[in-house]
Amino acid sequence: MTALLEVSGVSVTFDGFRAINNLSFNIEAAELRAIIGPNGAGKTTFMDIVTGKTRPDTGTVTFGERSISLLSLSEAQIARAGVGRKFQRPTVFEDQTVAENLTMALKAQRAPWRVLFWRETQADRDKVAALAAEVGLSDALARKSGELSHGQKQWLEIGMLLAQEPRLLLVDEPAAGMTLAEREHTTALLVEMAKTRAVVVVEHDMEFVRRLNCKVTVLHEGSVLAEGSLDHVTRNPQVIEVYLGRG
Amino acid sequence: MRALLLSLAALILMAFPALAQQSVADILAANRDQIEKPSRQTIGPVIDQLAASGDPAAAAVLTAWEAKQLGLRESDGAFFIVEKSDDGWTLTNPDGSPAGTAPKGDIKELKPNAGVRGLIATALVQFTLSDPDRAKRLAALESIAKDPKADALIPLRAAIDAEPDPDLKAQKQRLERLLTLRFDPDSAARVAAIESFGSELGLDLRAALNPLVATTRIAFAGDLPAGSNLARTLTPGSDLTEVEAYDLLVAANMAPARLTVEEARKALVTNLNDGMVGGVALADLNTQAARDTAYTALETAGIVPAAATDAEVTAAVAAHRFAEVYAEPDPAVTSAAAAALSGITIKVGTMQAADLALDAVSLASIYFLAAIGLAITFGVMRVINMAHGEFIMMGAYTGYVVQQFIPNHTVSILVALPLAFAVTFAAGVAMERLVIRHLYKRPLETLLATFGISIALQQIAKNVFGTQARPLTAPSWLDGALTFNDVVSISYIRIAIFVLALVFLMFFLWLMKRTRLGLEVRAVTQNPSMAASMGINPDRINMLTFGLGSGIAGIAGVAIGLFAKVTSELGSDYIVQSFMTVVVGGVGNIWGTLAGAFLIGTFQKGIEWLNPSNTLAAQTYMILLIILFIQFRPRGIIALKGRAAGD
Amino acid sequence: MSRTFFAKNPSVLWFLLILALFTLAVTVLSEAYGVAFISTSFVKTLGKTLCLALVALAMDLIWGYAGILSLGHMAFFALGGYMIGMWLMYARTDEIVVAALAQGGLPATAEEIRQGVATQIFGVVGASDFPPIWYFAHSFWAQIALVVLVPGILALVFGWLAFRSRVTGVYLSILTQAMTLALALYLFQNDSGLRGNNGLSGLQNLPGLDAVSQDDVSMWFFWASALALGIGYLLLAWVVSGKFGSVIRAIRDDEQRVRFLGYSVEGYKLFVFTLTAVIAAIAGALYYPQAGIINPAELAPIASIYLAVWVAIGGRGRLYGAVIGAAFVSLLSSWFTGGRAPSIPLGFYTIDWVDWWLVILGLSFVAVTLFAPKGIGGLFDLATGLRSPNRRGAPLGPDDGALMEKEAKE
Repeated sequence: MTALLEVSGVSVTFDGFRAINNLSFNIEAAELRAIIGPNGAGKTTFMDIVTGKTRPDTGTVTFGERSISLLSLSEAQIARAGVGRKFQRPTVFEDQTVAENLTMALKAQRAPWRVLFWRETQADRDKVAALAAEVGLSDALARKSGELSHGQKQWLEIGMLLAQEPRLLLVDEPAAGMTLAEREHTTALLVEMAKTRAVVVVEHDMEFVRRLNCKVTVLHEGSVLAEGSLDHVTRNPQVIEVYLGRG
Repeated sequence: MRALLLSLAALILMAFPALAQQSVADILAANRDQIEKPSRQTIGPVIDQLAASGDPAAAAVLTAWEAKQLGLRESDGAFFIVEKSDDGWTLTNPDGSPAGTAPKGDIKELKPNAGVRGLIATALVQFTLSDPDRAKRLAALESIAKDPKADALIPLRAAIDAEPDPDLKAQKQRLERLLTLRFDPDSAARVAAIESFGSELGLDLRAALNPLVATTRIAFAGDLPAGSNLARTLTPGSDLTEVEAYDLLVAANMAPARLTVEEARKALVTNLNDGMVGGVALADLNTQAARDTAYTALETAGIVPAAATDAEVTAAVAAHRFAEVYAEPDPAVTSAAAAALSGITIKVGTMQAADLALDAVSLASIYFLAAIGLAITFGVMRVINMAHGEFIMMGAYTGYVVQQFIPNHTVSILVALPLAFAVTFAAGVAMERLVIRHLYKRPLETLLATFGISIALQQIAKNVFGTQARPLTAPSWLDGALTFNDVVSISYIRIAIFVLALVFLMFFLWLMKRTRLGLEVRAVTQNPSMAASMGINPDRINMLTFGLGSGIAGIAGVAIGLFAKVTSELGSDYIVQSFMTVVVGGVGNIWGTLAGAFLIGTFQKGIEWLNPSNTLAAQTYMILLIILFIQFRPRGIIALKGRAAGD
Repeated sequence: MSRTFFAKNPSVLWFLLILALFTLAVTVLSEAYGVAFISTSFVKTLGKTLCLALVALAMDLIWGYAGILSLGHMAFFALGGYMIGMWLMYARTDEIVVAALAQGGLPATAEEIRQGVATQIFGVVGASDFPPIWYFAHSFWAQIALVVLVPGILALVFGWLAFRSRVTGVYLSILTQAMTLALALYLFQNDSGLRGNNGLSGLQNLPGLDAVSQDDVSMWFFWASALALGIGYLLLAWVVSGKFGSVIRAIRDDEQRVRFLGYSVEGYKLFVFTLTAVIAAIAGALYYPQAGIINPAELAPIASIYLAVWVAIGGRGRLYGAVIGAAFVSLLSSWFTGGRAPSIPLGFYTIDWVDWWLVILGLSFVAVTLFAPKGIGGLFDLATGLRSPNRRGAPLGPDDGALMEKEAKE
């Protein structure tokens, strides 16, 4: 079986600074992967490239069984193709209710004309309720999401990602600012999600990565430094030098 | 002077040795009958003889004759220059010595007719052109140049060699060649004269050449009329329309006039009879075809005159040929003139391009001046200030008010520049403190709030200064223009503005790159909280930066006021262009602003050049071009790339 | 379904009720159909105000909901006016010319009529031929179609160019302002084909209705304007109530996030931009026959800025706010500038409201932006106790989503 996401030979330069340098790796269709690396290693830029926000100078990024190239698609098209992204800070639409946020994210037709004539069915309502229950926001459906706590917003955003039903989920530091209990809940959810889809977690927190118990890719200066289990990569002297060694 | 005169006299003597001996008085006496009753046909030789006599008195006598001041004493046939006195005439001999007085009846006044006076005047040209007084010679030259005539050619040629002043001599020679190319009877001489100029740019040369290649359109049957100098043949339908061709035939009486719709209509109304005309019912005459039918019926009946129908027009046009012919009959001359003119046109085109480039640079510096303040407030601080235009206006009005108190324009401008800076700096700081700082995170609302301020400021200016334009007068040493040749010139005010723009560019670069303030501004721009934690007070920096940008707008206002009318709408005329300049150039980069100003200046001048009659259209197309440009470079000419650009 | 729509949006019913009562009241008080308490010119003012409220609704959708501060919607408004004005002027002149030619003894030919009309209309700019853009001017239905098509296509093309290159925020505002300025400058030319700065005039006279008095005509236009406003309000309320409204508000708050949800932001913006342009054009087509004259000054960028001012003062992000703002400010404005407000003598200076009204408007606009971003509509929240979360001064504007995202990247 071919990989779900194939990144090969990607380079990107900002004003002479090489943020990504000949980066190549694959993600399988149902895989949990953690990406770690020091600041400036290119983690965020990598996510920008996959989601279409940044265009690489060279290289290819292909997705899915039919190996469609993501580089020629817009952000919205990539999202519709099945790539979801969760930002570091929760970005939900604070002026709208939790239900509206979730409804917007539900997998459905996205064209303006279709959306204009879209009317909520009972099935949609049930789905939204189920999602809200999954992320623990059943009581908050009618509340404006701006009123939620930081952790609740994180959950709402994860709920929105689930509603999108992506095949590949890119998660940027999901545990940041969470309490211990919330972290555990998050870990469980990510592991659970990775059973049916690919989940890529960008994370600083080693402890959190250890809990995920998955394959780890170490980025350094825009390319892959090491890959394997967490124990494997932490034994790699290069990794120790550039990343762990700095404490 | 005397030496000059002597040498002049000597030259004249050498030129006319055979006639030199005869005095004016003798000639006059010998030709008394002719002079008493001159006729245009026969007097020529006498005048020539007088002119060629070499007698210094000739000029005076001819002048008097032309001015009807020559008198004849009937008793002895002596000629005098006469002047009316209280009781008769005061007489002067032709040689200039006084000859007493005479009673009224003794003297017969000579009154030559206009034709004769013309001949005398021509003869006199030679004398004025050789007049000892340089100013008179110059005046004579200029009068010939203004109104070139064929008969000035001979005297002009005669007056060249003796000309002592090298400048005047050159002018005379140039004029001689200009006259030669138009009036010389010898075709070869004319061609040589034309070719001697090459492709010089002088307006006088173009004025002399253009009549030579003037054409008229003619219609003819069969061969081209003899003696016509063909410019080109015309084909009806492509070179000229059938209507034009037929009009030529009508004008040459080679075809009957066309029937106009109006005449046909009148004829029909006149012949209306029982609701019928020419067998067509009145109610049916609401198409041109029906009217034609009715008119043809009347025509057949002989009631109305025959008029050309469309078919006849086509036939008549087909039966004739049409051509453009030169008014000038000599083909050698016209082809030389056409060649010279095309050479000149190419050169003029090049020069016009140079002039246009100068214009574009000057417009660019105006836009740059107007935009540099914005480049600071918008480009550096990312604050939209729609009242920026009104700060420009405030600067201009400050200049105007200063001139009310200080009449000396140089001093007043020198006072106005810093004062305008102070006034708008204060206004900018006040606005930043009161409004903008509350809106730093809401750019769209900054835009609207500053719009509100802009509306209010504009109306206040209107209430205080009225709606009519106020003058802001430039010092006199800025009047006039630096002229390179007949095509290329630039006014000193525009040069001054260009210099001012350069000064501001230097100032801005120095401020941002070399001063503590510039460092702090850049720090606050890039990361306000980090800057604050390093001991920089962002509030203070924002205030100063905004004040600075506004102050520069004030100075720009004084500069713009010098050449534009100072009205309350002065600012709003520039605001959109200023924003375009900053946006097109690339936000946050002074070189971008400069490039944007040049791009927009060049665009606008280029479009105006393509369509010179219509500056409104030029502005329209310029804005459209900018909108298109932003399609291809959304971040402007000089774009910050990557993460620093933000999103 | 409609029950749930009104149940969810009770303000729509209230609005329609008030509009109906207002229309009825004006009818009863009018000269044409009632007790003649309200003068015909005031009926026209009220009718025009309804049209302005309609274009303010459009502005609220594009700015208050979608977060695009367009400074070009009054240009679409005026274009709509020009399109209907062309037919009005043509048809009216045609009647006059036919009547004049009938005096000439012969029935006029089509060509003569055309020439006569052209000379009559374009003599003032020194032309006597119809420019190509008048090709359809003789046809009422064609011009009605153009009312929608011309501004619609212009908005579509401009919007496509602008949104495609991801021009956003203040840049987009300036770009729309530039478009408006370009259009106004173009129309100011004599050879623009629309009579340069003379504009189109005599639009209050409906062709074929010479016998009907202006009293009646003004009431008809008033009804039509009220109807258009009602339909427009209903339409826009429907548009913003569903998921579409959710999406465009989301675009306002964080368009990048909306992209990652799979919505093509550009498509939505373009749709809203074009839809509102068309609504503005329809409002303009109803407005200018009541105003009687249209000229390029109506497209000046400042007009679109006033439109934004109305919506801001009324309260953006809620449809009735836009209507209140437009009605309140434009009526107040015509009261002050109409010379009806008494001057205030201060002894040393007399405050003449004609001169000072704009100063007040400008400054009060600044005040609203600073102190009452919700505008007059915010008062309704106080009354109903419906308040958004107190964010302790943290603004909730269109740009804050972007700010968060920027931080997210760091």
